[in-house]
Amino acid sequence: MAAVAADAQTPGSGVGKRIDIKDLNVYYGSFLAVKDVTMTVKPNKVTALIGSSGCGKSTFLRSLNRMHELINGARVEGSVTLDGQNIYAPSMDPVRVRSSIGMVFQQPNPFPTMSIYDNTAAGLKLNSKRIKKDQMDEIVERSLRGAHLWDEVKDRLDKPGAGLSGGQQQRLCIARATAVQPEVLLMDEPCSALDPIATLAIEDLIEEMKRQYTIVIVTHNMQQAARASDITGFFNIKETGDPGVLVEIDETEKIFSNPSLKITEDYVSGRFG
Amino acid sequence: MSDRKLTSAPAPAMPPAGNIADAARGRIPAWGPWAVFAGTAVVLAAILSVIGFNIALLAVGTVLISIFVIFLWARKVEGQRQGLDRGVTLAVTSLFALAMVPLVSLLYTVTSLGISRMDAEFFTSSMRNVLGEGGGILHAAIGTVIITGLATLASVPIGIMAAVYLHEYGKGKLKRWLTFFVDVMTGIPSIVAGLFAFALFAIFFGPGIRLGVMGSIALTVLMIPIVVRSTEEMLRIVPDGLREASFALGVSKWRTVAKVVLPTALAGIVTGVMLAIARVIGETAPLLITTGVFSSVNLNPFEGRMANLPVFTYNSYKFPGVPPEPYIDRAWGAALVLILIVMVLFLAARFVSRRYGIELRK
Amino acid sequence: MSESTNQTEGTAGPPAGVKTGGPGDRIFSGLATAAGVTILALLAGVAIFLLIEAWPAITAAPEDIPGGDGLISYIAPLAFGTVLAALIAVVFAVPMAVAVALFISHFAPKGLADTLSYLVDLLAAIPSLVYGLWGIAVFGPAVVPLTDWLADNLGFIPFFEGPASTTGRTMLVAGVVLAVMILPIISAVAREVFTQTPRGLQESALALGATRWEMIRMVVLPFGRSAVIAGSMLGLGRALGETMAVTIILSVSGGVTFNLISPSNPSTIAANIALDFPESSGLDVNVLIASGLVLFAITLVVNMIARAVIERGTVDE
Repeated sequence: MAAVAADAQTPGSGVGKRIDIKDLNVYYGSFLAVKDVTMTVKPNKVTALIGSSGCGKSTFLRSLNRMHELINGARVEGSVTLDGQNIYAPSMDPVRVRSSIGMVFQQPNPFPTMSIYDNTAAGLKLNSKRIKKDQMDEIVERSLRGAHLWDEVKDRLDKPGAGLSGGQQQRLCIARATAVQPEVLLMDEPCSALDPIATLAIEDLIEEMKRQYTIVIVTHNMQQAARASDITGFFNIKETGDPGVLVEIDETEKIFSNPSLKITEDYVSGRFG
Repeated sequence: MSDRKLTSAPAPAMPPAGNIADAARGRIPAWGPWAVFAGTAVVLAAILSVIGFNIALLAVGTVLISIFVIFLWARKVEGQRQGLDRGVTLAVTSLFALAMVPLVSLLYTVTSLGISRMDAEFFTSSMRNVLGEGGGILHAAIGTVIITGLATLASVPIGIMAAVYLHEYGKGKLKRWLTFFVDVMTGIPSIVAGLFAFALFAIFFGPGIRLGVMGSIALTVLMIPIVVRSTEEMLRIVPDGLREASFALGVSKWRTVAKVVLPTALAGIVTGVMLAIARVIGETAPLLITTGVFSSVNLNPFEGRMANLPVFTYNSYKFPGVPPEPYIDRAWGAALVLILIVMVLFLAARFVSRRYGIELRK
Repeated sequence: MSESTNQTEGTAGPPAGVKTGGPGDRIFSGLATAAGVTILALLAGVAIFLLIEAWPAITAAPEDIPGGDGLISYIAPLAFGTVLAALIAVVFAVPMAVAVALFISHFAPKGLADTLSYLVDLLAAIPSLVYGLWGIAVFGPAVVPLTDWLADNLGFIPFFEGPASTTGRTMLVAGVVLAVMILPIISAVAREVFTQTPRGLQESALALGATRWEMIRMVVLPFGRSAVIAGSMLGLGRALGETMAVTIILSVSGGVTFNLISPSNPSTIAANIALDFPESSGLDVNVLIASGLVLFAITLVVNMIARAVIERGTVDE
């Protein structure tokens, strides 16, 4: 399996990009949800964001591919720069940003009216109408292989995506997201709705995928962050109504064994949250 | 296992999809679409003033051409997919506006044509001994009140109790059949309901019979399914917790329904009834064939023909006397009154529902 | 707009120990059951009485039926006209209703949704009689230039053969007015289902880099497809049974034809009854009732299919 994934590096993809976030403030209307975040998402690494519920980590994640804008009145101040381009520049079309920065959600949600094949190819068909069938076949296979799903579904590519188990559906969603070869992959609690075995399978997948992509994962499960990530950022919120802030971000090992701030240590040792 | 060799084939002919540099294209300025609309309107108006002005053509033409122009412009500046997105957005918005045109036109027409008869005589006299000018709708209005009132009196208790049965007591076959047939009843064409009322009386009294109550029966057939459906909906909204709390206090089932559930749902039920009345009060077809035409006031629904607003309107318009203008005027006046009644009922129903109703918690 | 969720007798059965046997309960539940039975009896009565009164026409000799050719040749052109007008209505109404519903659910500012829905529902409140008056007095004449143009330029298409009516009292106008009348019905069903499209699906599509329209096409429309079909059938059923708008608007003189813009049109079953009934006597009355029975049967079938589609749709979720 590992050999196959390595083969999957085709030209034009494979090198994850870095994101520089500077002084990012995320607002919903006049309510400040996330305050003054400055950090770097390192290329080809897995960055985990942890923190208790409601501390703004999901909001922050969504602001990285401009998905938070779906809510009326949402806006940001500050900059998010991907590969030298500020994704919040006035001339930047959010739709295109999302082709470069993909997202996988908490609930596996393959499109119910489409087959497994069509689900995987959904993003491709949007971006280029003129792909020939064999090229499409190849990309679909490569994406499904990359998501460790190919062997399980190769005989039923034309069946609906909804017929799979939870873990399989989530891997299908990952295949769907990677088929368009994003430069960064965002994952919002991708394993929360899955059983432990499926969770471990996805964590293995993430470990492998980082060779090709830059990955940012939000998780409320600290053990998962410790297992699966290279870098961890801890978000916290003082009181309800306050904005969330990035308290500390460092190599995962350091955060969990010897964090610089007491409050981080309190969180990772379970004293609150 | 996985030995199907993946060719590291040359990348497909598309650009690598995830290249952020592509994302920084231009955007149409915010004032752009407005400018296009304005410009097109001006140009089109100029052209039309030469070849023959027509406001509808100006409106439709401006919209169609502007959408097309904006689509092309966006397509060039922002990309093909964005262009399509803008085009669709404009098209959908225009279609909505188009759907509102008949509403506005109709209300304007009826108001402007009916307003000439909004005088005291119109509301205080019938057509008794009236030929030509003058006259009014008193007999028709009273008839409508009586006929619709009777129908409401019949359909509301039956409808509410049937809904109570369906939701609180019903089981098994009777419940399933009843649900199914209430659904069927909602689809009965109004004229068929009229034919039924006619048939019912014709068998006993001969085919020439015309009575106010026959109209009421036809309207009852139309109202019952509406009342049942909306009452059922309201009963569904009342939380089960309320019923359980009442049971836990030792209250018997019938008292729970009668004194707890129904009062809670009352606002919604009233709203449903008002909407049902609004639906049937303008029904012409069933009354046309059951109540006959009459020019004086008749207060007895069980004897003789009875005038009512919809049939009066129809007959005044379709069979005007000579000269026709007063008859046509009366028709539009009556139509205006009908619309006003319906609008008031609609608004009142909405008001009751807002003010007194319990909200469905989603 | 909810359907009969066949919930088991959850609400029907209070927990043990609750008084249900007393005289009050028996009377009350008896009344409720009686109401239900009354409705069933009423419906049976409708079918029975109509059949009784239609029977003489069904068994009469063909020469006695108006037209001289028997009941079926009397009703057939009317049935044709009924279906034609209704189909025209559906063809115009469904795309408009979908657009209107989409506009309210996905394009308009969220705070306006209630008001906009209310405005659309107002279209349903106006009595059909008034639509007829408006159609004949305003809409029909306004369309005459258009139908002239159609007859002149597209006259080779059977629908627009012409010669165009000068009053606008045509099948096309009647069909379009019917479309306006059934639009709110279809739109309400569509709007309901479009707003219920799961957020996760919509977000996934957008996260792939879809534009709003692409997301709607990929997720919302497929999700709402069966509901829109059911809603369209409900609208069709309504249009089939519509009387007054057609009665007033249509200038009737012809038999079966696909020419939509001429002054010579077939009538519809309902309009024919409305026009002829007041002056009819004897067997003619029975014939009209028989045609009403046919109309009842047609609308019954259409409505039952619509309900079946709705049931299927809600179960499959």
